[in-house]
Amino acid sequence: MKTNVQVGNTFLEEICAVPGGEQIRMCIQCGTCTASCPNANRMDHGPRELIAMARAGMRQEVLSSNSMWFCASCYLCTVRCPRDIKPTELMHALEHLAVRHGLSNARTRTPTMYRSFSDFVYSIGSVPEMGFMTWFLVLARTNPLRALKMLPLMFSLIRHGRISVRARRLKPEAERQLRAILDKAEAMGGMS
Amino acid sequence: MRYYTYFPGCSSSDGGSRAYGQSALAVAKALDVELIELEDWNCCGSTPYTSVEALGSFCLSARNLALAEKRGLDLVTPCSACYLILSRTNSYLREYPKLRAKVGEALAAGGLEYRRTARVRHLLDIFANDIGYDKIASMVKEDLSGLKVAPYYGCQVVRPGPSFDHPESPQSLDRLIESLGARATPFPLKTRCCGGSLIISEEDIALELIHKLLDSASSNGAECIVTVCPLCQTNLDVYQGRVNKKFKTSFNLPILFFTQLMGVAFGIEGKALALEKCIVSTEKALARYVGR
Repeated sequence: MKTNVQVGNTFLEEICAVPGGEQIRMCIQCGTCTASCPNANRMDHGPRELIAMARAGMRQEVLSSNSMWFCASCYLCTVRCPRDIKPTELMHALEHLAVRHGLSNARTRTPTMYRSFSDFVYSIGSVPEMGFMTWFLVLARTNPLRALKMLPLMFSLIRHGRISVRARRLKPEAERQLRAILDKAEAMGGMS
Repeated sequence: MRYYTYFPGCSSSDGGSRAYGQSALAVAKALDVELIELEDWNCCGSTPYTSVEALGSFCLSARNLALAEKRGLDLVTPCSACYLILSRTNSYLREYPKLRAKVGEALAAGGLEYRRTARVRHLLDIFANDIGYDKIASMVKEDLSGLKVAPYYGCQVVRPGPSFDHPESPQSLDRLIESLGARATPFPLKTRCCGGSLIISEEDIALELIHKLLDSASSNGAECIVTVCPLCQTNLDVYQGRVNKKFKTSFNLPILFFTQLMGVAFGIEGKALALEKCIVSTEKALARYVGR
């Protein structure tokens, strides 16, 4: 039995070790998730197929696909799954594993967008939209022409008083507290 | 007077959806509800933080929950994403002891402890279930009868749950609209996705989803849409022009926060409800009904 574990499907075990990932073993491949997903048609592999691949140990293919990055977290698959799998949480777990293993998909800008959002959360505990958007355009190495196309939208937001230039700041001691908590979490090295 | 601890979230506090926070406070006051802002709350982290740094994302919520727990009141947020993320942390901490231990250890590094007693609520739940439709109806001063409103719940206020309403066919917002004297139109896509933050990284995908929503609301005769989420409002309102351009449509549907529509019905003046912050003007749609 012990030998089995050692030569077992380590990718599947890795997924199961993430809270929310363990139910993947219960999948009956009915496809309700894919049929419910608003973005399945844009994914390299729909949720059902992705689960099948993960269970087959196709680590590289799964983690380098664009699928999880097109999940909008609408949770429709989750409430419909007859086996209580939480495909949405599974997508988050796969995103997390892809980031950890440096396998982010190059054809979607979502990982970069998530990164720019999280940078603000980590450093000041809030997300000023203007700063976040700018940081995203920088990190994503956005073509200036593409950025220019955003200008009319920016102007209309400014005209309607919907852009805040100043970031909301926590009191310095609260900011330090938050940082201490997040640093400790990072030092503990993940959830599992 | 009812008291709650209030978690506005980044967008509704002083971000792009501050109209939501502003109108929520104005309407709450009219209903004898006091929303006391949680001091030094931090961003809930939303979906992005979960994906990038999973343990940290639970710690972000746990700090807020630990602070809220000290005050002993229900923690109320108008934002569906904050609602989901904070509730999710509560259920994960209940279900996964190992995670609970780790989060506890991280919190201790900041001198905090969380005993898992904070109750997370959405503002729609408060108005619909704590205050009730009768009380809301009794506050109405403007006759909105005839105004056709599409009730847009979006995803995260009802899913994954367990929530205060049905995950795919909720009724609370419909009933609230009716209690204001307006008419809730059938809206088959009322809990379908607006694309969320993918509007920033994958605009084409999100525009397609927004187009479907606007098309469904409009073909069911809606004169405006009300939302209960900052991101839903932003996607449908701010990006409506881009949808029109991409799909060669001519939607001109005002997108109001449900608190703004409540405020209008209560006769609260437009400035206090920040109606001018809606990109698609609300004036024309409301003019026929307000002040008649």
